[in-house]
Amino acid sequence: MDASIHIDNLSKSYGTIQALKNINLDIHSGELFGLIGPDGAGKTTLFRLLATLLLPSEGVAKLCGIDSVAEYKKIRSFLGYMPGKFSLYQDLSVIENLEFFATVFNTRIEDNMDMIHDIWVQIEPFKNRLAGKLSGGMKQKLALCCALIHQPKILLLDEPTTGVDSVSRSEFWQMLKGLKKKGITIVVATPYMDEANLCERVALIQDGEILQVNSPAEIVEQFEKDLYSVKSDDNYQTLLDLREFEHTNSVFLFGQNLHFTDTRKQFAEDELKQYLKNKGRSNIVIEKIQASIEDCFMALSTKPEANE
Amino acid sequence: MNRFIGFLKKEFYHIFRDKRSMLILFGMPIVQILLFGYVINTDLKDVQMAVLDHSKDEYSAEIINKITSSGYFKLTENLESLEEADAVFRKGNVKVILVIEPDLGKNLIKNTAGNIQILTDASDPNTANLEVNYLQGILQNYNLEINRGKQTPLSIQAKSRMYFNANLESVFMFIPGIMATILMLVSAMMTSISIAREKELGTMEILLVSPLNPLQIILGKVAPYLVLSFINALVIIGMGYFIFGVPVLGSFALLMAESVLFIFLALSIGIFISTVSKNQQVAMMLSMFALMLPTIILSGFIFPIRNMPIPLQVFSNIIPPKWFIIILKNIMLKGVGIEYIWKETLILIAMTFGFIGLSLKKFKTRLE
Repeated sequence: MDASIHIDNLSKSYGTIQALKNINLDIHSGELFGLIGPDGAGKTTLFRLLATLLLPSEGVAKLCGIDSVAEYKKIRSFLGYMPGKFSLYQDLSVIENLEFFATVFNTRIEDNMDMIHDIWVQIEPFKNRLAGKLSGGMKQKLALCCALIHQPKILLLDEPTTGVDSVSRSEFWQMLKGLKKKGITIVVATPYMDEANLCERVALIQDGEILQVNSPAEIVEQFEKDLYSVKSDDNYQTLLDLREFEHTNSVFLFGQNLHFTDTRKQFAEDELKQYLKNKGRSNIVIEKIQASIEDCFMALSTKPEANE
Repeated sequence: MNRFIGFLKKEFYHIFRDKRSMLILFGMPIVQILLFGYVINTDLKDVQMAVLDHSKDEYSAEIINKITSSGYFKLTENLESLEEADAVFRKGNVKVILVIEPDLGKNLIKNTAGNIQILTDASDPNTANLEVNYLQGILQNYNLEINRGKQTPLSIQAKSRMYFNANLESVFMFIPGIMATILMLVSAMMTSISIAREKELGTMEILLVSPLNPLQIILGKVAPYLVLSFINALVIIGMGYFIFGVPVLGSFALLMAESVLFIFLALSIGIFISTVSKNQQVAMMLSMFALMLPTIILSGFIFPIRNMPIPLQVFSNIIPPKWFIIILKNIMLKGVGIEYIWKETLILIAMTFGFIGLSLKKFKTRLE
C-alpha cells in the first residue's frame, strides 16, 4: 500500500505575505515524520495544503500519488486530520463525538475497534462525559480516536501535544508509535524540539522554508563544531560577555546553561575561563556536550549558509 | 443516508443542549404573541371622559348614557365651566371632554339641530383621532334613533361595515406579522449562527476534510430548523385561533404549504448569511440588522407600506416577509385560494432559489 506524500516546489502566499516558499519534501509510506519549527514557521499552512483545505499558490502536493487540488475529494476519504485547535463538539459527549465521526465516514465504531483500541481504553471510562469537560490530554486522545475512526492511510497531526502535560505527551507519542506499526504514514508538527528524536525523520522549518530534512541522529551528527555548556553565577551577563568574545561562533541561552561554539578548531577551555574571570564572572563551569536537535536548529536558522 | 441521520442527530444534540437556543426557539414565539396580543393594543377601551353639560335635559342624559354604555368610554368627571378643560387635560387622565350646548333638547325640536363639541387630548394624535371617530359613530347612531319614523329632508346615510375584521381587532393584524418575524428569526438567525459556530470553533475544518459534501452539510444544518420552525408556525396559528380568535378562513393546507415555503426562504437566507460571516457574532449582527429590523418595520407588519416615502415603498418589495404577510392575511382573514396569491407565492419561490443558488456558490469546500 502506497501512502507516501510527495511535495514539489510548493508555495503559498496570503496577499503579499509568503507563508511557504518552494517546499520540496518526500515523506515515505509508513513513516513517522516530524515537522519541527517555531510558531509562525508555516507548519499549519503546510498541513492545510496537504489536507486539501487550502489551494497552493504554486507547486504540487501528492498524497498516495493523488493530486491535492484536482482530486481533493478522493484524498479526503483516506486522510486523517487533527487540527491544532481542539475541533470536536464540546457539547457532545465522548462517545457521541466518536459515533458522529464514524457515521460521517460511513463506518461503525465496532468495525474499527482494532485501530483505536489502545487509545480508546484510556478514554472509555469517561465516555459519557461532555468533550468540553475533558482535560487537555484526554481531549487530544479523543481527537486522535476521531481522526482514526475511518482507518486513514495518512494521518496529519498539527501540534497534537501543545498545551498538554508531559506525562500525556509521552503517552501520546507511545500511541503514535503503536499506530506506525499498523502501517499508517504519520506527519506530526510540533514546536517542541525534544519530540524530534521520537520521529524517524524530521524536517526543520522556519519562515516558510525547510532548513533540513534528515533523521534526528544524522542532523545531530552534522553538527560540526564542538559544543560547550557554559555556566556561571550570572548567566545573562555571561551571555553578553561571550557575545563580545573574539572567537565566539555562536552562543545561546538554553535553560540554565549557555551553549557555546568557538570559531577555531582548537578550543582552549582555560582561555575562555580566564576571559570570563577577567570580566568578573565566578563559579564558571565549562563542559563539552553532545549537540541536540535544538542546537542544530539554532545553528541552521541563524546561519543559512551552513546548510550548503 | 446513514451519514445524514448521524448529522441530524448531532444537530439536535446541539439545539437541545443549548439553553439559549431553546429559549429563542420556543420561549420567544409564545412571549411575542402574548405581548402583541395583550399589551400592544390599539383598540379603545375605557377611555376616561369628562362631560360639561350645559343643557342637563333628557337628550343630553341619553347621549351620555349611550356613550358610557358603549364600553369604549368611561365618565369620570363632570365639569362646571369650559375654563376647567385645560386643567383637566393637563392632569392627563382625562383624554376626551364632551361639551353639550345649553338647551340641547329645545334646539333639537325647534331648530332641528343640536350642537355638541368634542375636545380631545391630541398629544397622542392617533388615539385622539380614533376617539373622535368612535364618538362621532355613537352620535351618528343616536341621530338615526331620534329620527326614526320621522320624515327627514333628503339625506345620505353612510353605513360602514368592516370586512375581514369586523371589530377592528388589532391582533388580527399582528398574528401574520408575528408569524413572519418568528419564522424569519428562528430559521435564518439560528441556522446562520449554527453554521458560523462550526467555523468559529474549528469543527468546520474537520467537516470539510471529511467526505461530506457541501450539500449534505447544509441540508443537515437546515433540516432540524425546518422541523422546529414548522412546529412554531403551528403554535402561532394555534394560539391565534384559540386565545385571540384569529380565524383561518382559507385552506389550512395551503396556509401550511406557504409557511413551509417561507421557512425554506428564511433558511436559505440564513445559510447565505453564514457563508459571508466568519463567526457567531457577525452572523448574529447581520441577522439582526439585515433581517429583524426590516421584517418588523418595512414589511407592513406594524406600519402600513402605502404611508411610507416612495423609496422605502420600492425597497419594501425586496423584503420577503412583506409578501408572506400579504399571503397570510389573504388566506387567514379573507379565505382566498391560491388563485389570488400566486403572484406573491412565485416571488417567494424565486427568492428562495436565488438565495440557495448564491449560498451554494459561496459555500467553500476549502478554508479560503
